[in-house]
Amino acid sequence: MIDKKRNSILFSILGLALLFMFILDISLGSVTIPFKEVFTSLTGGEASKSTWEYIIINYRLPKAITAVLVGVGLAISGLLMQTLFRNPLAGPDVLGLSSGAILAVAVVILGAGLLPSFLQSILVSSYTLVLASTLGSTAVLLLVLLVAQRLRNTMAILIVGLMFGSFTSAIVGVLTYFSSAEQLQKFTFWSLGSLGNLSWSSIAILAVCVGLGLLLSAASIKPLNALLLGENYAKSMGLNYTRVRLIIIFATSILAGSITAFAGPIAFIGLAVPHIAKLTFQTSNHAVLYWSTFFYGGIIMLFCDIASQLPGLDTTLPINAITSIIGAPVVIYLLMKKRNFQ
Amino acid sequence: MTTILKTSNLSIGYTSKKATVLIAKQLNLNLVAGKLVALIGANGIGKSTLLRTITGIQHPLEGTVFLNDKNIANYKPLDLAQQLSLVLTEKLPPSNLSVFELVALGRQPYTNWIGTLTQTDIDKVQQALELTQIEHLTQKKHYEISDGQLQKVLIARALAQDTPLIILDEPTTHLDLLHKVSLFKLLKKLTQETNKCILFSTHDIDLAIQLSDEMIIMTPEMVVQDEPQHLISKGSFNTLFKDENITFDTEKGKFIIR
Repeated sequence: MIDKKRNSILFSILGLALLFMFILDISLGSVTIPFKEVFTSLTGGEASKSTWEYIIINYRLPKAITAVLVGVGLAISGLLMQTLFRNPLAGPDVLGLSSGAILAVAVVILGAGLLPSFLQSILVSSYTLVLASTLGSTAVLLLVLLVAQRLRNTMAILIVGLMFGSFTSAIVGVLTYFSSAEQLQKFTFWSLGSLGNLSWSSIAILAVCVGLGLLLSAASIKPLNALLLGENYAKSMGLNYTRVRLIIIFATSILAGSITAFAGPIAFIGLAVPHIAKLTFQTSNHAVLYWSTFFYGGIIMLFCDIASQLPGLDTTLPINAITSIIGAPVVIYLLMKKRNFQ
Repeated sequence: MTTILKTSNLSIGYTSKKATVLIAKQLNLNLVAGKLVALIGANGIGKSTLLRTITGIQHPLEGTVFLNDKNIANYKPLDLAQQLSLVLTEKLPPSNLSVFELVALGRQPYTNWIGTLTQTDIDKVQQALELTQIEHLTQKKHYEISDGQLQKVLIARALAQDTPLIILDEPTTHLDLLHKVSLFKLLKKLTQETNKCILFSTHDIDLAIQLSDEMIIMTPEMVVQDEPQHLISKGSFNTLFKDENITFDTEKGKFIIR
């Protein structure tokens, strides 16, 4: 029962840290706004400068909320994948969902050059990009589900995801060969990811998708614990494996698909955060891991967002670069430190 | 004597697109409460297929498996999990599970949607830990203990699942003689103290003859179930291996190599 006490202390710290990072993220930016004014704007009061209020309510607050949704969603989907595939290196990107989104967006942006010009302008609006990446990841989801129905082997599903990733980069490579500099720039910007520029209505849609994914994941906590002993033991303990697997794959897809659609492909969060959570709590119990991954996902994504717009810097660095710069060494460190990589 | 599981004219084997492979037919086996039953047979004879069929994982070619007088195919997964628990040979996937958590997973068929352990659940887990004498290991991670200890932990998990029938697939593989004997004795003790029926497959025929209540012998020609002494006097063990270098000595009750 010492564990219980330790866990509740850790969770309190994580909860406070999430709140702190959230406020910090809103307080920092290229325009310096006094903390008192930030607080007044957030609580519905009027800031002494209307531009400050505007920046906070319409730019920084949506961005911070997006960061939390993206971080939590990707981290939880990574946790689900790692247990389902019994593979510590699994993550939403490994399943090929991000690749599906990338491919669809690449076809829209880079392939537009092959179409008549009036169609081009219709195609390459920001809404079509969201639509394309959603369709792309959903298409891969359906493909993965099809494979999952036919092949009982979970390794095979992982390999299909990897193959789809290679296929995507090849097609993207071919498309870049035929596209203009302007198109290339647009595609590159999207693929670097962005937490800003989301309207409140987009955030609402994202929140509904992430919320649904998180609910399905929470409902899978007990089956996920059974799966720690492998598929056959889980079945012998009364688990309806086919149904549980479909729910978990669906939850991951809706989380990763919606997030990639709105924020671009964001690497390493889904892979690294569950490991940080497992390292802190030293457990495999998903009732604990779910919440620790949840908090860490939000905290680390907010941290990455703060790092991408360090005070004094006029431009915002691409978020995907920041997550990779932070995430890749973390994964290597974990590998080195823990020989029994779980 | 309560019959827990029985098979009626059971035929086991595989059906593929090309052909049907029949492994054994007309099986009429009977598993009774409080008995330790050993399943023996040469490699590749179909022991696993038999176990898979009577645990409901695989469909029989013909005939029926009855668990408590009800066709096993008609059980819902959760109901089956409350009647039948398994100890498998497969390696556990990597995880941070402690021994206590692993044994407590056996309570899954009884816990609520999120898996909260009630006092009853904790008592059952505690009981299973005591019966298998692994209380001193509870806080260890499952990868920190020896093969023999892990086997006991997996048996404790099956005990915690609280089923009248436990089926183990080759539980003594990878263990040395000392641990084999202690595991056999543990299984024997469990059947006597808990009145469960335990069926296990094994290649340790000598030990099985000495410690099990009944044995099921699988050969290409037939499958017989009886008490070890009767099987010896019937000469059933000589049919086990088709090799003239190995014969069964009925007086000593063991195999002899020429």
